[in-house]
This record gives sequence, C-alpha cells and structure tokens, in this order.
Amino acid sequence: MNKNRHPSFLALSLLLTAMLAVPAMAGAPAPRDRMKVPNVVPALDPNEVAVLPVRDNLYMLTTAAGNIAVHFGVSGVMIVDSGDGTLTPKVLAAIRGLTDRPIAYIVNTSAEAEHIGGNAELARAGSPPGLPDSDPQIAHVVAHEGASIRMQKPSPDQKAIDSTGWPFVTYFVDTLELYFGGTPVQLVHVPAARTDGDSLVVFRRPDVVVTGDIFSPDRYPVIRPERGGSLKGTIDAVNRLLDLTVPEDLQEGGTLVIPGHGRLCDEGEVVEYRDMLTVIRSRISDLIAQGKTLEQVLAARPTLDYDGIYGSTQGPWTTTQFVTAVYRELAKP
Amino acid sequence: MRIDRRAASFGLLFLVGALTGSPANAQEIDFTGEWRPIYHEDGPERIPGPDLGDYAGIPINDAARLRADSYSPERIIAVTENGCRQHSADYSMRGLANLRIMRELDPVTQQAVAFHSRIGFHTMDRTIYLDGRPHPGPQAPHTWQGFSTAQWKGNQLEITTTHLKENYHRRNGIPSGPNRTFTERWVRHGDVLTVVTIVDDPEMLTERFVRSQSWMLDPGQRTFANPCEYGGESTYEPGTVPSYLPGANPFINEFADRWGLPRSGARGGAATMYPEFRLNMEKPSATPEKCTLYCTCMNNGAVCPDGP
Repeated sequence: MNKNRHPSFLALSLLLTAMLAVPAMAGAPAPRDRMKVPNVVPALDPNEVAVLPVRDNLYMLTTAAGNIAVHFGVSGVMIVDSGDGTLTPKVLAAIRGLTDRPIAYIVNTSAEAEHIGGNAELARAGSPPGLPDSDPQIAHVVAHEGASIRMQKPSPDQKAIDSTGWPFVTYFVDTLELYFGGTPVQLVHVPAARTDGDSLVVFRRPDVVVTGDIFSPDRYPVIRPERGGSLKGTIDAVNRLLDLTVPEDLQEGGTLVIPGHGRLCDEGEVVEYRDMLTVIRSRISDLIAQGKTLEQVLAARPTLDYDGIYGSTQGPWTTTQFVTAVYRELAKP
Repeated sequence: MRIDRRAASFGLLFLVGALTGSPANAQEIDFTGEWRPIYHEDGPERIPGPDLGDYAGIPINDAARLRADSYSPERIIAVTENGCRQHSADYSMRGLANLRIMRELDPVTQQAVAFHSRIGFHTMDRTIYLDGRPHPGPQAPHTWQGFSTAQWKGNQLEITTTHLKENYHRRNGIPSGPNRTFTERWVRHGDVLTVVTIVDDPEMLTERFVRSQSWMLDPGQRTFANPCEYGGESTYEPGTVPSYLPGANPFINEFADRWGLPRSGARGGAATMYPEFRLNMEKPSATPEKCTLYCTCMNNGAVCPDGP
C-alpha cells in the first residue's frame, strides 16, 4: 500500500460519518396503525375551508359554520350540506381542487341556515344529474319533505334562501335511496329529532354517515321544538345512527361519521354522545318529578359533568338554552 | 506494505467520531423486547380493579366527580357498543399490560424512526413517531391510542400524545376528556423499563396527573392477540344507559368505609395528591382490625394467605 491510497481511507471515514450523522429520512416505512390518521390536517381558520380526506372519493370540508361532505364519481359530485353561504366561493374552489366534474346533487340534512346557506350558489355552479343539456342548468337539491317546507316557508327567525336552493327532490317515507358515484346513498329520515325534516345520509360503499346536527362531538344539540324538534326524537335519532355504524374492531374505525360540526368521528364518539343525552334526560326528568322549577333546575346544573366538552356560555346556543329546551319538553303534562 | 500512521490515525478518528459523536445515535436507547409488567405500584387498582368511589390521589374537578358518582357498572353490560373498547394510551399501561416494543429503523441511516408497541389486552397497538412529523389538525379523528411523537431527552424518550378518545383516568367511572394530552418519559435501567405518564386534561382535571409503572424484560413472554367484536345483545332495552342520579349512588362511601379511610380523601381532588392532606383530613370512619383484601400479595399473582 502506498500513500496514494490514504485519501480513500479518509474518504471512507468521511462517508461513514456522513451516513451515520444524517437525520432520519422523511421517507420512512409506512406505520402500522389500525386507523389511518392523516399526517397533516391544517388547523381550522374561521375564514378558510379545510379539506380532510375521509375514504375513497369522499372528503370532509370543514368551515366555521359546519361540515360539508363531498363525494364524487364519473357522473359528477354530490355534496351533503352547503354551509352558511359566507364561504361558498372557497367551498367551490375546494371542490374544484378535488375534481372538475359538475355538482349534480346537493343533499341537505335539515333546513338549518348554517347547512343550506350555500345551496343556491352551489346549485347554479352545477348541472342536473345525467342531464348536461337541460334547462335550467342547476344541480338538484335533495332533502326530506319537512326540510323542504321549512326552506320555502321559513319561520321569522330563519333566514330565507333563494328558491334556486330549494329541494328539487324530496321524500316523505323512512328512507330515500339513490345510487351515485359508485355507491348506494341512503337518506334516512329521523322523525321529530332536532326538527321535523332531519336526515342521516349513508354512503354505503365508503361506509360513511353524514349526520348534520343530529350529532356533533363538541356541542349540545340545538333542539327546535318550534320546528317540530324534540329531545326524545334526537335521542332516537342518535340510537338510529348507532344502528347504522359498525366499528372495524375494538370499537374503533369501521363506519366513519361526519358530524354537523367538529372532527371526523366513528361510533365511539356517538356512543358517548348518546350516553350524555340519556343521562341528562334522566336527571332533568327526576328534578321535574321533584317539583323543581326551571330556575331551580338550571341552578342544580344537571349538565355540569358534560359542559366542559359540549357546553357553551356564549354564542347562538348556550348550555342554558339547551337545558331550558329539555326542561320545557319534559315538563309537558 | 507501508501505512502512513498519521493519515490512518486521522481517518480512524473520523470513524470513531462517526460512531460516537452523532447526537441522535449517542442518545438512542433500544426499548425493543417483551416486557412483563411489575405490579408493585397501585396493585389493587391495576389487577382486580379499583373500587367504586375510590377517587383518591387524582386531581379531578367537580365535573369529573359528578360523572364518576353517576357511573353504574351495569353500563358495562347495557352499553354493548363499549364491550370491546380499548383502554386509551394514557391508561393502557395500568392494567394487564404485557408489553411488546418493536423499533423501526430507517433502512439507510439505521436511526430509529418509530417505536411500535403492543399491549396484549384488547390488542392495544400504538405507534410512536421519531421522525419529526407534526401532529394532525383539529379535524382529524381521535383514537384510543392517539397520535404520538417523541424525541430524545438524554437517554430518556419523551413522548407527546394527542387526539385521544374520551376514556377514563380510573376504570371506576372517573372520565378522561377528549381534548386531553399526555407526556411520557420512557426510561430503561438494564432489564427494567419505567414509564412516567403525565396527563393534562382541561375538562376533567385541575392539575397535571402523574403516574408511573414498570416492566421487567422477559424474552420468553408471548404477547397475545386479543381481537374482539361485540355481539350487541343484552337483556336491557336498546338505548339503556344505566346511571345513578346525583346524590343517589349507594356505593360512594363503600371504599372509604371498608378501609377505614377519611371519606373526604376518597373523594379525590388535587389536595389528595399531596402529603399535607393528612394534616387536615378528618378522622377515619373506622379502623379495620385486620387486613382482609389485597394485603401484600399484588405482586404478580403470588398466593396471599389472607385473602385474594
């Protein structure tokens, strides 16, 4: 060996140094999680629309006003709920970021303003399913008959929407069945729940249920007795939802649940929600049976142990409003 | 053959430096192996399970206490959906925690990019990422085991876990909230692994809740699979959620009275975590003459002469 070979020895050492000192590479082997959790989901900005892949061609668009489901196939796009309308251009841009197919269906889970406000504008951006040359060129809005009536005859506290956003397809039976984008889609009516026009929307092939405000993991349900709603119907609706969801195993994964507001869920969160509503109903019923007035019931704080998760002291639906609505329903003779 | 000793020494120094001087490699501890739990801490809580009404030493708030007081064990049978529910990651190490840890290496750098753990009971699989990835945003789903990332702190592994499902701080009804996070320190001393768990729960706790548990390396252990699917059948009406009304749980004081403990201590809260609590606590309700339950024998199934 002569001196000329020494640099090679040095180079080998340097190479070893470099190899051992380099940070962990980003392209690491895939994890072995049972339930896939996306690596990065943008934090929720009240002026933005966040897009979360759910399963197959189904996505969850999150806005401060509520969640929107977007499903698409070769025949077009079906969305469930349309937001309150304030971010519709951004909602449309988010949809266009996923597919350039036309919006064919807008399904509404209820007639609540924060879920139908974008109906008209999004409908005008679409075209009827299977009828690309028809007139007018608008997507079909689908909802339960009760929701349709309330959109056309809004109560004084409801914001009216352009008639372009009114339902074109309605149903009055238990279930409406469609087939779209490679999957059966079922609208399941849950009577007298939050209102008299609520639907759960089941996408069978991707195994996802869109609940509207029947379920949200971060707030008490907004029960509207003046629009045909009730706590009893809401609890029945959540139990119906539990009948529709099947966990993969170990009470996790399987059927995914897109709530009206908040994060993507599965049956686990729905069980907690049902338990919460059932326990609170039991407590307030007992207080009423003791002869307590509404003020006394509010002072007893029957929701104390759930308020940290679901309660609110401000905004359009406070804990006090929720307890009051429950009290008035249960106190009826 | 002639070798230039100076150049060779220089190269050798680089090689040694590479092997010993790389910060990440110098700190990495390998936790790989089969680990058998040691129940010398909190044995009665971890193996037979905690008594109803035992909230001692947990910094619960009024909300958590009310929820725990309302809890009925009948719910285990009636709420069939929860029949296969896992312990969440912050509680899983408290129970039948036969533990397997596997290390995942980057094929090029040979640095650890993740640890994978499995606890046999209900197949509690978990991934702890070491590759610097961020945690998911608020819309991402929560799971029983959450989302964990880690970094080395000296020879300890510090793990941060978020995105946990609602679960329990103690499996007698003390709830844990869905927005809690927890930090762990994994420490290895030879064949002993100790994990310190520090939980922050804004909805259910008033202070951080710190616990520890240890394992012994046991290469002969078989960590089993425990798949589970619930049948959905029970004798209860569908939708039944057994619970006690506020103030109506008859078992609240059973634990304190059995052991002759002051009832206020059993009610939990941050004060019960600290020794100073003893200075001001009320007199115990009674003092049992003889220990009859869980006396000294919680250590790995040894036979207890005085009872179970």
